[in-house]
Amino acid sequence: MRESTIMKIHYGTALAAVALVAVHILMRLTQGFAESLEYENVLANYKFIPYAAMLELILILLSVHGFNGLRVILLELKQGRLYEKAVSYGCLAAMFGLIAYGSRTIIMTNMGMV
Amino acid sequence: MAQVSHIADEQASSPLSSSKSVTLKISRYNPDHDDVGKFMEFTVPYEKWTTVLEAILEVKKHFDHSVAVRYSCRQATCGSCGMMINGKPRLACFTKISELNSNVITVEPMNNFPVIRDLAVKFERLFDTHQKIKPYLIRDDTELETDEREFLQSPEEVEQYIQFANCIKCGLCNSACPTMATDSSFVGPQALAQAYRYVADSRDKGKDSRLKIIDESHGIWRCHFAGSCSQVCPKGVDPAMGIQFLRGYLLGFRS
Repeated sequence: MRESTIMKIHYGTALAAVALVAVHILMRLTQGFAESLEYENVLANYKFIPYAAMLELILILLSVHGFNGLRVILLELKQGRLYEKAVSYGCLAAMFGLIAYGSRTIIMTNMGMV
Repeated sequence: MAQVSHIADEQASSPLSSSKSVTLKISRYNPDHDDVGKFMEFTVPYEKWTTVLEAILEVKKHFDHSVAVRYSCRQATCGSCGMMINGKPRLACFTKISELNSNVITVEPMNNFPVIRDLAVKFERLFDTHQKIKPYLIRDDTELETDEREFLQSPEEVEQYIQFANCIKCGLCNSACPTMATDSSFVGPQALAQAYRYVADSRDKGKDSRLKIIDESHGIWRCHFAGSCSQVCPKGVDPAMGIQFLRGYLLGFRS
């Protein structure tokens, strides 16, 4: 993939994540902040499908943005063909791993398996 | 013959006589023999108009002729005498001692360049990256037919790129760039500014091929927009601005 395409995704995910995290924080403020973090309330959030979908989207956006950022930092730190390939594929694998693990948590909680 | 006599006179001349003097600390390092560099101090007289290059040449003439320094035109045109002067990349011929407001002038080789010896550095990486971005007009009809006219441009079209054409390849921008310090494959502000110079030229038709060259993992996207390249340019070129314009092309904001 061209670097400009990757950076368009990088900037796009940042903007979208800022908007969705703002919604997420505002949702916390609809009730008392401490109250919103109570176990039952957190579970209730996951069971509310639109909210769970938004959390899933935030997870994907932040994972894509964060791991691309990490890739860029590591590429600037050291150079070499093998190292750069390892960094790129390593970051991609870590990104998919985190999304899979986070999605598993969201889906299991949504389905009442937790 | 007259010219030879003039050079002989210059070499035999006595040290500058002035009431003012400055301590010149020159970095000495020969990678073939030395593990670490060291500084040698010289007390050099100076006048209001004395440049750092003239002070270094004064040291070479009267104290230590083995100091290695690259220079040529002495008028900020050739771009040969770039060095770190009191911690900032500057042209030695374009920096007056009096404007530094310091009794101690420290001169070191430019950062982000391998040292040949003392103040002289290798320019291979700069020239390679400069060449990589195809620093010439690209078009199919380069050869003019007899009945054709030259490629005319309006003043507005010239305005788009003319400041970037002032680049003298001195390397000060690359020396000041923080990304160049860590990323040995980064194309650098000098080459990126030159890429913009040709992309913005209305006579050029090589925009797509040039954008493709800089749109790679160690290309234009590794610039952090620190802006230090533009701060140190002795010719008023603004590479940071050129880089932002190039990003505009790649993001689709400019065409």
